[in-house]
Amino acid sequence: MASKTALYDQHLAMGAKVVDFGGWDMPLNYGSQIEEHNKVRTSAGMFDVSHMTIVDVTGADAAEYLRYLLANDVARLEVKGKALYSGMLNEDGKVIDDLIVYRMTDPGVSGEWFRVVVNCATREKDLRWMAEQAARFDVALTEQPELSMVAIQGPEAIVKVKSVLNESRGRLIDSLSVFQGQESEGWFIAKTGYTGEDGLEIIVPEDEVADFWRALAEAGVAPCGLGARDTLRLEAGMNLYGADMDESVSPLVSAMGWTIAWEPESRKFCGRAALEAEKAAGVTQKLVGLVMDTRGVLRGQQKVIVEGVGEGEITSGTFSPTLNVSIALARVPAGTGDQAVVDLRGKQVPVAVVRPPFVRNGKKVFS
Amino acid sequence: MSDIRNELKYVASHEWIRDEGDGTVTIGITDHAQELLGDVVFVELPEVGSDVATGDDAGVVESVKAASDVYVPVSGEIVEVNNQLEDSPELVNSDPYGDGWFFRIKLSDASELDDLLDAEAYGELCEDES
Repeated sequence: MASKTALYDQHLAMGAKVVDFGGWDMPLNYGSQIEEHNKVRTSAGMFDVSHMTIVDVTGADAAEYLRYLLANDVARLEVKGKALYSGMLNEDGKVIDDLIVYRMTDPGVSGEWFRVVVNCATREKDLRWMAEQAARFDVALTEQPELSMVAIQGPEAIVKVKSVLNESRGRLIDSLSVFQGQESEGWFIAKTGYTGEDGLEIIVPEDEVADFWRALAEAGVAPCGLGARDTLRLEAGMNLYGADMDESVSPLVSAMGWTIAWEPESRKFCGRAALEAEKAAGVTQKLVGLVMDTRGVLRGQQKVIVEGVGEGEITSGTFSPTLNVSIALARVPAGTGDQAVVDLRGKQVPVAVVRPPFVRNGKKVFS
Repeated sequence: MSDIRNELKYVASHEWIRDEGDGTVTIGITDHAQELLGDVVFVELPEVGSDVATGDDAGVVESVKAASDVYVPVSGEIVEVNNQLEDSPELVNSDPYGDGWFFRIKLSDASELDDLLDAEAYGELCEDES
């Protein structure tokens, strides 16, 4: 029996096509994935992301624990509410999961704590790994399954959210910087997302989320499913765990180099030694963007051929509704230039190699 | 529940066949098939004038989700293709039995029509798959 979020009945009432996703019954679309995608690029859409796993990290060593657990450094979070994106690596420097961590208190105060949001499909192994690593630290890990999460994204998302909330929450939203969240009367409101648009991710007690969802729908926010979530994140050049990276690759070959905090050198985070060795030996691959102007759609696992250099593989591919061409992320040899060829169902088709993202704030951003 | 039309014939690979009564049939993919595929973004059609046999590949339909082959349900000659799908592939989703048709075949052996599934048999097949 699959798990259901607190919004399941809302999804059915709104005509969702429901599919199994990591053991959860989730909406794939509410009719047309492309219409939902376009709504996020031009107005506002909302996603039920309650299946994601929220873990609160408390205790005297909360910061020290996360500085060991994560390749990025929570010491960079200087203000309450600030968030960062990080890989959680194993000893071999390979990616166990990617996650967002929020600083929930001012740095260094007594009772300092953090909130971590990890993927749903990796929940069990993540929790096991986090608990194992916690043994050496004075920390407590508390999963928060009774919290729901809604992402509202798009150029009109913030205005529409504010229209259904009280004034104090509206003021709080105005005060947030990008990649920052704050608590508000039992809610947690953050300026984060997975679409390349302005927007919010809001964590709400599950018994309040259905009313919030319905109010957003009445304010003209389109319900969007996992299908649109995938095309939006791919246009935004954001990785999907399990497709673009997993425990067989390091962040250095996954376009996640920017998430590794090498300084200070004294911080011996898990996987650091392996990453240093990989760098010293020379990183052999990279994750790049591909754009195909001809008809057809690039798909995951298709072979990429780089003449005179070697071969690679598409990790995620799709049709880009915003650009009207096919785009992909691909892991290719480090020496790849700006051209490659993809084996598209037996046909060799030329593609341009670009640096993601493909789309930001509704517009094409690569050249 | 998918729309299955009584006046049409079907094959297990989810194409529908309409007998035009003049020795030709029109072919498309079913409502059930377009639902499984999701938004269609490209359709590759066969060439007019080509001879095709039952079971041949007759093109590809690509959706946001997957690429799927289109099969020839009855043998004959391709006499017309729906060029509208080049610019408006979404017709396959919005009107699978009407403006979203794929191609027309001039039958080489009309008795092949007897081998096709009727609406009831196709409906059972869809239910078994889901």
